[in-house]
Amino acid sequence: MATLEIRDLHVTVEADNATKEILKGVDLTVKQGETHAIMGPNGSGKSTLAYSLAGHPKYTITGGSVTLDGEDVLEMSVDERARAGLFLAMQYPVEVPGVSVSNFLRTSATAVRGEAPKLRTWVKEVKEAMERLNMDPAFAERNVNEGFSGGEKKRHEILQLELLKPKVAILDETDSGLDVDALRVVSEGVNRVRETGEVGTLLITHYTRILRYIKPDHVHVFANGRIAESGGPELADKLEAEGYEAYTKGGASE
Amino acid sequence: MAEAQNIPVGSTTAGQIAVAAESTVATRMSAPASFDVADFPVPHGREEEWRFTPLDRLRGLHDGTAVATGDGVKVDIDAPEGVVVETVGRDDARIGRAGTPVDRVAAQAYSAFEKAGVITVPKETVLTEPIRIVVHGEGGTAYAHQVVELGAFAEAVVVIDHSGDAVLAANVDYVLGDGAKLTVVSVQDWDDKAVHVGQHNALVGRDATFKSFVVTFGGDLVRLHPRVAYAGPGGEAELFGLYFTDAGQHQEHRLLVDHNVPHCKSNVVYKGALQGDDAHAVWIGDVLIEAAAEGTDTYEMNRNLVLTDGARVDSVPNLEIETGEIVGAGHASATGRFDDEQLFYLMARGIPEIDARRLVVRGFFAELVQQIGVADIEERLLAKIEEELEASVA
Repeated sequence: MATLEIRDLHVTVEADNATKEILKGVDLTVKQGETHAIMGPNGSGKSTLAYSLAGHPKYTITGGSVTLDGEDVLEMSVDERARAGLFLAMQYPVEVPGVSVSNFLRTSATAVRGEAPKLRTWVKEVKEAMERLNMDPAFAERNVNEGFSGGEKKRHEILQLELLKPKVAILDETDSGLDVDALRVVSEGVNRVRETGEVGTLLITHYTRILRYIKPDHVHVFANGRIAESGGPELADKLEAEGYEAYTKGGASE
Repeated sequence: MAEAQNIPVGSTTAGQIAVAAESTVATRMSAPASFDVADFPVPHGREEEWRFTPLDRLRGLHDGTAVATGDGVKVDIDAPEGVVVETVGRDDARIGRAGTPVDRVAAQAYSAFEKAGVITVPKETVLTEPIRIVVHGEGGTAYAHQVVELGAFAEAVVVIDHSGDAVLAANVDYVLGDGAKLTVVSVQDWDDKAVHVGQHNALVGRDATFKSFVVTFGGDLVRLHPRVAYAGPGGEAELFGLYFTDAGQHQEHRLLVDHNVPHCKSNVVYKGALQGDDAHAVWIGDVLIEAAAEGTDTYEMNRNLVLTDGARVDSVPNLEIETGEIVGAGHASATGRFDDEQLFYLMARGIPEIDARRLVVRGFFAELVQQIGVADIEERLLAKIEEELEASVA
């Protein structure tokens, strides 16, 4: 069973000619089949955790360890992490002009699966996945994220999640900027992947709204660069009622 | 209107549409067009037409100090049956009919060449194989002139392939008879030190179709003037260009489409990728719709993809309209960056860095490469793009 283990993770970022520590000792274990919600106020370091796990060059790991099935993730390049089974659904997916969605998806699937998918089954696979996400087939011929609406970008991220079948999926504020209909479609996509039981999900969110559609097994409150409290789904209800104030008092939340 | 996005520091992407009583396209040149080099002052670099060009790297082509060495370039022509290939003297009446030199180097080339090449495709001759002109630089300095003439309703593909090392100033005239169809692929695949400056004039006959691909990869400095004018109504011109500008290279393409007669079409698409320190690409796209040119339909576009820091693009479309009775006229210019965030996004989907760059650059150029229609040239261009990318990652 695939397991992502984060131990005492410390991460800094360079900003305004100063080095700032954003993550201050994160401990978390995500197992295949589990869904962990990470909730926290803006500036608490949630997205930094997501991007650090994916290997974004902006962030410097200064301490701790991250392993996936015992393999040292921090030693891997960005593409190696993805091929090892890590997937990051980004909050702000990047436009890639000149590269069509269909070409991108196929190149990506070829890299992650280690061989080019058979053309006939691949076309069918993509078509069906797009239909489930209410995506127009014409979408495949557009350039990656170019001119996409916020909802289209998120659907495109979840489309990739469904096609790449990672061991651990990190969803960074996938709910942000979505109206209720889009949120439901996207959540259903995530749930389809979860129901396979083969993915561990790290759901990063500011709001409890998405948890009505995607039920977490564990909820963690993120504040001031570390996990401040962990619990079951009931912790989300408490946050819904009380907000993050109890965790930010006196803390330097940016 | 011109659009511009994500312009790298130090670059310009300017555009204007002028509805003018007198032509700024013509008047902003520092001297009128002429076949005589003496009619052009030696440029000092601040003239509109020279301001982007590093004169000190022209190796004297601009100031009369570059002397032909006699063994500057070797030219081999391979033409299918039915084509007439000649070498003629300066006084041959077929030389210079498609256009007049517009700057000092073009006039220098015109004034200095000793023999010209003339390739004639007789009327109604339809070629099934390309005419291939191989220009190989032998390390010297040369001035040259080439004429390609198609009789009425003739059809031909001409590939001009430049390689090796040379300092070359050369003009090419394309004269298309009525209803003729000419596709020209000019490949500048020079060695790193080569300097190549030239003016390519096309005179498009009534109902004739001219299609040009200008493909520039190599050289220390390449500066070309692809120009089109029409000899009668119904003419069509498609001007496509690709360039891949590496560290230290200066590649400049200055186009003019002169809509001087009614009911002609033009479509210009130039795309360039740049990588490395001091890679500099310049694209000037002038389209002039003269008062007589009613029913004109024209569009021009320049796209640049900057792959690394340190590269610079200057992209200047100019559309000048002297009559409102046209079908359409438009232009666009945009310079985008392949940046760290795009690379991260693609790599985060498992795609290795070299493949990510390849994906982006191939996608960027694909639509143009596929239109060339000469299989070995298409393959070579794709291979060349791969080679450039491999070099950049290594």
